Amino acid sequence: MSTAIPSARRSAGAWIEFLGSMNLAITLLAALAVSSVVGTVLQQNQTYESYIIKFGPFWFEVYKALGLYDVYSAGWFVFVLGFLLVSTSLCVYRNAPGFVREMRDFRLQHSARSLRACAQRAEWTVAAGAQALSAPLENYLRARGFRVRIKPQGAGLLLAGMKGAVSRLGYILAHVAVVVICVGGLLDGNLPLKIKEWRGEVRLETKPGILIADVPQESRLPASNRSYRGSVNIPEGMSTRDIILRVRDGYFVQALPFEIHVKDFRTEFYDNGQPKSFESDLVLTDPERGQPLEQTISVNRPLFYKDFAIYQSSFKDGGSRLALRARLLGGGKAISMEGVVGGRYTLNAPGGVLTLELTDFRLHNVKSAPPGSGKKFVDIGPSFIFKLRNEKGEALEFENYMLPLEQEGRAFFLSGVRSNENMPFSPFRIPADAEGGVEGFMRFAGALRDPAQRAKAAEHVASAGPSGARTLGETARELLERFAAGGFAAAREYIRTKLASLSGEQREQVARAYGALLQDALQALYANLDLAQVADAERRQQFFQDAVDALGALPEYGAPLYFELADFNQLQASGLQVTRAPGKSIVYLGFGMIVIGVFMMFYLPQRRVWLVLSEEDGRTRVLFAGASNRDPLGFAREFETLRDGLTERLTKL
Amino acid sequence: MSASQETLIKDFGKPSFWSTLTPFDWLWAALAASGAAYVLYRYGAVMDGYETGILVGVTPLLIATGWYWKPFRVFGLAVAALSLSSVWLYGAQLANAETNFFLQYLLASQSAVMWMSALFILATLSYFISLFARSDYAGQIATTLTWSAAAAGLIGLLVRWRESYLIHPDVGHIPMSNLYEAFILFMLITALLYLYYERRYQTRALGAFVMLVVSAALAFLLWFTFDRAGHEIQPLVPALKSYWMKIHVPANFIGYGAFSLAAMVGIAYLLRERAERVNPQGVFATRLPSLEIMDNLMYKAITLGFGFFTLATVLGALWAAEAWGGYWSWDPKETWALIVLLNNAAWLHFRFTKGWRGAPMAWWAVGGLLVTTFAFMGVNLFLSGLHSYGSL
Ligand code: HEM
Repeated sequence: MSTAIPSARRSAGAWIEFLGSMNLAITLLAALAVSSVVGTVLQQNQTYESYIIKFGPFWFEVYKALGLYDVYSAGWFVFVLGFLLVSTSLCVYRNAPGFVREMRDFRLQHSARSLRACAQRAEWTVAAGAQALSAPLENYLRARGFRVRIKPQGAGLLLAGMKGAVSRLGYILAHVAVVVICVGGLLDGNLPLKIKEWRGEVRLETKPGILIADVPQESRLPASNRSYRGSVNIPEGMSTRDIILRVRDGYFVQALPFEIHVKDFRTEFYDNGQPKSFESDLVLTDPERGQPLEQTISVNRPLFYKDFAIYQSSFKDGGSRLALRARLLGGGKAISMEGVVGGRYTLNAPGGVLTLELTDFRLHNVKSAPPGSGKKFVDIGPSFIFKLRNEKGEALEFENYMLPLEQEGRAFFLSGVRSNENMPFSPFRIPADAEGGVEGFMRFAGALRDPAQRAKAAEHVASAGPSGARTLGETARELLERFAAGGFAAAREYIRTKLASLSGEQREQVARAYGALLQDALQALYANLDLAQVADAERRQQFFQDAVDALGALPEYGAPLYFELADFNQLQASGLQVTRAPGKSIVYLGFGMIVIGVFMMFYLPQRRVWLVLSEEDGRTRVLFAGASNRDPLGFAREFETLRDGLTERLTKL
Repeated sequence: MSASQETLIKDFGKPSFWSTLTPFDWLWAALAASGAAYVLYRYGAVMDGYETGILVGVTPLLIATGWYWKPFRVFGLAVAALSLSSVWLYGAQLANAETNFFLQYLLASQSAVMWMSALFILATLSYFISLFARSDYAGQIATTLTWSAAAAGLIGLLVRWRESYLIHPDVGHIPMSNLYEAFILFMLITALLYLYYERRYQTRALGAFVMLVVSAALAFLLWFTFDRAGHEIQPLVPALKSYWMKIHVPANFIGYGAFSLAAMVGIAYLLRERAERVNPQGVFATRLPSLEIMDNLMYKAITLGFGFFTLATVLGALWAAEAWGGYWSWDPKETWALIVLLNNAAWLHFRFTKGWRGAPMAWWAVGGLLVTTFAFMGVNLFLSGLHSYGSL
């Protein structure tokens, strides 16, 4: 028993010794640096699917176990951080008292003998009494920024000067700051949430795209929660009391103690289309506060309220209303419909039931202007993006523009198509008719789909043609039929089969003949439409050609419908980020301390000098010595100037 | 006796700091102050409180720098004069860059940067010549060239600042926002830091090494300019529209500059250390400063870097709190800034408290340059994050 206590105490001391040791400190600093790298090379907090794709099922699990998808709140990382915290605190605990004492201690116990050990030294013998010298020498040191203490020593005096004692203070500031910052950061971290999760009090919601209202209670966090950082999109004119906290591959719904209302949202763009600024007029209603707080926020100008901060972080469409005209590409009347971005609508199309998903609306589409137009950029006007999904669930994505676009001096309605998000839209161009609409093209397409009209056109070609026209008309009809069904590709295929029997250069001619025949047939078909026409024959022909090109490409378009944007009413949503950080002010205090402390340590090194005056029969021996805790060369230089100054003055005596 | 005692005490005192200032010092102060005053008077209306604060804060710093580091006054005045004349030549017409001879060949931002490039290359060569040909004359030329290159670079940036406003008031911003501008800033600051220590330690032998980093940066800059048209002035994304940029970025680059300086001194250290063993008569063993001096210089540079990098990281955190909604997001760039700090903290502790010196610390400083370089460029090139403004 009796021996147990001291040994225990000794081992405790040994622990403090170890934990506060420099070796451990350096190891920890290095360890923290290395582990921080992980989170930068591996993108954090992505969806688990994307990780599985990246690493495969096995490594996915391994990394998951190591918490690599959210390193900075992984247990082991926090452990290293905590370790450094302990180590730094102990280090300060062990060094600070000594340093503070040292700041006051002028080392008056030094004697001529002990000082002769100093690297920086000088000696003079002066024909003056020690007492007479002491005042001038004291002044000499004071004038050069030293604090001075004087102590009689034997038959003489010891003047001890000290400068930059604050460098020790700097050490304390900088290292306490490290602790302060970590503590503040911990307060703002998501550790409490982690613990709740671990204790099973809350469950992460992983179902994507469900309404906030439908999120179950166990995935909701109370407004009493002390610290969090979440985001929310609020459409203009709407309000919210909940925000979303993204965690790993899911999210929590965090309740706010107040309501945020977005009165108005505004965006400005540079003329290259890049966003220049976006801002929201917010109204914050807190039952505790009485009258609502109104403020406009923008990027870099957040709203601070209590220990909350509300930031403008992004914007998206908030459910713009779109008036659409759906046109069957096989002719028929246009069907008008209303839609909201974000909505889904089912349509009975010829091919079967289709789901129309309106995904986005863009008011501006800035493209680089055609050369010679003088301007660098043009805004080609509004567009909207949607998906068409068939019963099998396969979807094509489209981007349709509201206004026709000038190309090679003609006007086209653009519709981009793609089968997956990572591909660029491939453009489908519908030529604008004499009235600047799509009507003309649609009628043409309708006629092509209509057997009777095709027959009529074939007749016309046949009658115009030479004898043997019977087969000619027949061929024309078949050509049109194939073209209508499969576009250029099908027509070409048809011609190829016809040519099988023929020899090389005969083929050439006949192929060209077939081509001409199809051209004539389409021409006839077109003529029968009696569309409103522009006067200029060339333009008319041009329209016909463009229309034929579009019809030939129609099968690749992939949709039986074309959607026109007739009118719109834009509604934007303001992307806000809401942070509650009670530890912020603590962290900022630490920031201040570390910056000041570090500069103190570096640029106010502690410098000590001593003057020993020993008097022997009227003459005085002056020993000058100095030492510094940092930057020996710098101090050597400083000491030299001090010494030379003294030499100059003392030798004059 | 007592009377003479009085005079004796006075004589042992020290002339006041103010009485040590020369007329040129006062001229410098006057010009700097009146320049700032003019800016306030002319643009005060469009500057927000913070910007005014920054200006008012920076002016005394500028004056003090000139007083403490005398050659800086000449540098500053030359840069000011040339930049202003460039702005004057521009007037309100960006197009003047094509027509006006001086702008076209000398003072337009792009031309000034090209001059900087040429001068830096010449400076590097001269430093090497002075080192290997043991020629002090070449050394003096090298120093002059480096000063001129730095001046040209700073003029390039200042004029670019003006040009951005001439393109369109909306587009106007301080040139610290993309890699092109960052690199000019880096070369400029590294060169100036070197010039300071060159004078302080009375040695030109290290110029060759430091200028190597600058030349490497230059190579990248030229590639970036001609291959990627990186020099085109782009409008700022909203997140960058903040007064923070005006202090955060320079602080960072003093850090980067100082760390690279330390690393290059480290290389010189290793060369001399080896040369002393292998051939004591060789250039490295005889021309380079003593190991002790280089070790000290390395330490000085790293402390400077650490101080400013700490400051920059803190400023960055404060800015992030306004722009991204949190003072710390573990975004790759800020994480790498932390890594750089931790690495150097470890270095300092090793040296300071274990009293380590010599080759190992030099190797470590050189290795540190890799870390710093990655934090500077690698992050932008290879990692995606909130900081992806200065990306390629
Ligand atoms: C993130 C953590 C830390 C940072 C940022 C940090 C920073 C610094 C800096 C910049 C210096 C000045 C070095 C010099 O002047 O050359 C310093 C000195 C010092 N550090 Fe740390 N340090 C940290 C952790 C620690 C720990 C854990 C210990 C305990 C072993 C420690 C002990 C010391 C000591 C004893 C000094 C010398 C102080 C003096 O005599 O002036 N440091 N530290």
